[in-house]
Amino acid sequence: TEKMNQIRSSRTPKRPLEVDHKSQTDLSAWRKRGRTDPEKSSQNHQPPGGQKNDINQKNDVGGKNDSQEVSLEKALSYFEKVQGRVSLRNNSALQKHLAAVESIALQHGLPPESFEILLNVVLSGKFADTVNTRLLKSLIPASVIPENSVVTAVSWLCTNKSSGSIQLLFLRWLITVFDFIDHKEQVNALYGFFFFFLQDEKLCPYVCHVLYLLTRKENVKPFRVRRLLDLQAKMGMQPHLQALLSLYKLFCPELVTITLPTKTKTYFKNSEGPWKAAMNAVRQRNQGSTPLTQAVFLGTAQPQSRKRKWNTQLVLPASSARNSEVGTEKYCDLFSTDETFPVEQLQTFPQLLQNIHRLEFPSQMGSVLTNPLLLHYMNCVRDESIYLRLYYWMGQMLQEECTWCVVDNTNETEFKSFLETIYKAECFLQEGFPACEEFLYKSLPLWDGSCCRPEILKLVSWIPLSSSPEIKSYLYGPLAQLFFTSSLYFKCSVLESLKELLENWLNCNVIDMDPEFHSLNTTLSGLVTVVADLIHFVGRLSTVGLRLEKNSTLLLIFVLDFYETVCDMYLKYNLPLLILPPAGVFYPALLSMDSVTLNQLCYIMYRYRTNLVAAKENEESKKKILQFKFSNETYREYNQYITAMVGCLWTSTVFQKDTHPQGLRMDEELLNKTLVKDFKTSFNIVYHPAMLGYSVNFLKQICPEDTTLNFKLIKGKRWDWYLEYLYAQGLEGLKVFIESSINRVSQAS
Amino acid sequence: MAAGARPARAGADGRRVRTRRRRPWRPWRVESAEDGAARTLPSLGRLSRGLPFGRAYGRLGNSPSGRLILPAPLSQESGDPQRTALLLRKAWTLYSVTPLYRFCRGRLRDYARLLGAFIAAERQKGLAVEVGVELDIKVALSSLPELQGSEQDQPAVLVQLSSRSRASPKNSEDKILWSGCFCCVYGDDLSENMPEDFTCLPLFLANGAESYMSVVGNWFQKTFDCIFRRLAISPFSLTWMVAMWTGCKVDKATSAVELVFSVPRLPQPLDISYAIHPEDAKALWDTIQKTPGEITQEEVDVFMDCLYSHFHRHFKIHLSATKLVKVSTAIASAHCDGIVKMLHSQYLSGVLMLLTELAISQIQ
Repeated sequence: TEKMNQIRSSRTPKRPLEVDHKSQTDLSAWRKRGRTDPEKSSQNHQPPGGQKNDINQKNDVGGKNDSQEVSLEKALSYFEKVQGRVSLRNNSALQKHLAAVESIALQHGLPPESFEILLNVVLSGKFADTVNTRLLKSLIPASVIPENSVVTAVSWLCTNKSSGSIQLLFLRWLITVFDFIDHKEQVNALYGFFFFFLQDEKLCPYVCHVLYLLTRKENVKPFRVRRLLDLQAKMGMQPHLQALLSLYKLFCPELVTITLPTKTKTYFKNSEGPWKAAMNAVRQRNQGSTPLTQAVFLGTAQPQSRKRKWNTQLVLPASSARNSEVGTEKYCDLFSTDETFPVEQLQTFPQLLQNIHRLEFPSQMGSVLTNPLLLHYMNCVRDESIYLRLYYWMGQMLQEECTWCVVDNTNETEFKSFLETIYKAECFLQEGFPACEEFLYKSLPLWDGSCCRPEILKLVSWIPLSSSPEIKSYLYGPLAQLFFTSSLYFKCSVLESLKELLENWLNCNVIDMDPEFHSLNTTLSGLVTVVADLIHFVGRLSTVGLRLEKNSTLLLIFVLDFYETVCDMYLKYNLPLLILPPAGVFYPALLSMDSVTLNQLCYIMYRYRTNLVAAKENEESKKKILQFKFSNETYREYNQYITAMVGCLWTSTVFQKDTHPQGLRMDEELLNKTLVKDFKTSFNIVYHPAMLGYSVNFLKQICPEDTTLNFKLIKGKRWDWYLEYLYAQGLEGLKVFIESSINRVSQAS
Repeated sequence: MAAGARPARAGADGRRVRTRRRRPWRPWRVESAEDGAARTLPSLGRLSRGLPFGRAYGRLGNSPSGRLILPAPLSQESGDPQRTALLLRKAWTLYSVTPLYRFCRGRLRDYARLLGAFIAAERQKGLAVEVGVELDIKVALSSLPELQGSEQDQPAVLVQLSSRSRASPKNSEDKILWSGCFCCVYGDDLSENMPEDFTCLPLFLANGAESYMSVVGNWFQKTFDCIFRRLAISPFSLTWMVAMWTGCKVDKATSAVELVFSVPRLPQPLDISYAIHPEDAKALWDTIQKTPGEITQEEVDVFMDCLYSHFHRHFKIHLSATKLVKVSTAIASAHCDGIVKMLHSQYLSGVLMLLTELAISQIQ
């Protein structure tokens, strides 16, 4: 521990305390951007040895406190500062920081800034090989690897301070991550250095592979060919040498005159080492959270499970641009600009704005789904073909991968996340995909109602409003069957998704009410019919559902939520349609034992009233462009309900005045037979079962001494106090209902 | 289809106005549940819309109840029958392909070059491949205008992979390793109203190793933003095929009409083969089939019921409770896994027309 203190004290003078904080915030800023700024990183490039806290010199961009980031930062600064040979044993600081680097690397990958620091440590031979090996194995890039860190590493390699096995591991690492290096000019400039290492017998195969990746035509020189041929003469026909020679021959056939065997199965040993799997895992994880980083990973192999068929991989294609060699010239000149902006480089919104005139969609449209920028772009482009491409791709993928339609498909999680991706894109575009709609129509009849339930129901909510009558048989039929035979919770979630469906339709429609749009093939009356069908469908579902579930309060709340949208369609969405809930919904809500439900019903009836009054006024003023009338039936139905409600909550006349055929009206003789004494007054805001709790509490407050609970005391002034009391309890719905629908003047007189 | 996309614009109040894209309504029909067949198939063959055949031909004046004009014998007036002969007597695996985006017929040579390089690159993962040099595998893409039904149909495209014979490069013929054929015979249902950027060749036939299919398919999928899917044939469609092909006139009655059934839910697989003399089968069909040139669903059902009851009389087995997996006639044979063998050049386009229709119904 004394040694540790020494290290620490030797570190302190160099660096003020707040440095940790700065570097930490910088990291989080990097994360937000999700990539490195190439300019910045090149500015920060300094010769090896002189490099001093690249990360720390950047500005404080502000960030959040995350213990993980702190520890990575601390670990990096530890490795940067550490001096002399340090052994792992008995050094808890080293152990701690090493473990931190390992865990973060495996989970998120390492940010670009960390490579130079760690490669310096690994190749300078400060630590024992066990530490170096562990560090090397953790060098998993989160996005890119700065070129200068590789250059530094190679310069260390030339000093021969590290052991042979570390050098070998470094080369294997370099081969694996080669595509992640952001630029390759300077690395290529080191071609001669790599070539020098060919003479090391152990390193030779890996050096050959690195050279194979690096070689350009200008690197092929006669003396190099000669050297390779010498080596081949010395070591025999080695596949790695042949690979390099064949590449040389490809570039400069005149320099390599020997004949090489044409069929070589594997030139290089698998050098993927411990990194490939970890890189794929990190990539998938990062892709989930920040889709923008995906472009960086282009060109790397996609994870492919060998078991599955080649054409049924549910992998969203990477957004790579079309190979311009493939597209005809005619297409390339579409925008009459010199060149198109490569879609791989599109990473920020300002970039999108600057290049929107010369962007081209990726070669596979499916890749737009996870790319918000391309979704933005899609929103602005009027080209029909992009929708058609997406339509075919999505339709085929959905059918091929549907776990309940195709029997040998068992990868439900994959399918779920695909559905979720589609749903998110739909929310982003505020529009359903036709391919998805068709898929739902085809697959719902076969659906068991449990597989991928949340995802499927979410997708239902984005079915486009269509005026075709078939929606009844393709959507309502299968959905009703599942609804009636499934659990209470399924019923609630179906109702919720249908409510969202209705809202999506209305939102879409409220804009289309623009008179210009009336030329559409879907006329207003067509729209009204479709919306009305949906509402009637939900009315039937709710009526039966409430019977089946014995008027469950939970279900009732979901039902009333739906009607909260329905009752405001005229004012909120400008749709000339009002449909009252069926008696099978209205009466269970009115007679509910639960004040929340009753309150919600009051609010809904108040909104119906407001909408109907507004419609009546418009009708009379005749100023509206849209000439329409609610049918008298609607008003009559509303009046029947309102009579029942007023009778039930206010005038205690529900048994006499409720004229609805399914209402509560009863003959007096029958009521007498019940032997209930004050049946006449048994329904008002005092006696209603949902309100009884409030009235008891109220009585206790106004006459604490009276234990007989004489409800008759609540009248006159006390009735008003009681109302105030109820309003104060949060029964806002009741308040607006009573204030709007009940004529208090007559009551007071 | 997303036909009818309209431009997005701002409303009068500056509000963003959303467009809605519509596609013509397409009624589907979910095939009767008892054909459970498709559930065991590698791809989804269960769902299809409309009757599998005849739907597209309503405009020819047939009643909409699923009637069908018997496939006309192949019109050979254009081109060389030798060219189409390469399709005969080989087992072809069927795929459906969504319309190819920006496929340009004038560039078949370029495509062959790129595909060749792609195949080489796939074979030697991670190693450099130069486009355009001589490679082990030669790729040829060519048009087959002989395989075309209506005027709207795109000419078929033949893809052939052959190995270069090193020993005697010039005189010996290259050995064909794998071949594939995109085609569209009376595919008007799909190609109607298709924007010009798209090429409709919905049916793909492949012969050769699956590994080549995967490389070629991947290249086409990546290059033309299309999707390949295995095309299974439902037992329902197989009954149509056997009925139609039985009724076709063949000069010399050769092979028997054979139906293979598999019995479901047995511990060991049990296949029943039911072979009928082609003349007997045709005689039976001729008594059932009324209007020349048209076949109805009812007639097909009656035909199959006759065969079933005959079999039951002799063996006391209800074939209707089993699953029809394969039919063979002198015209062609078809397996429910989506493998066909076409045997008669005269009826080649007729068979391809049916398969095109099946492929389209899988796409749409």
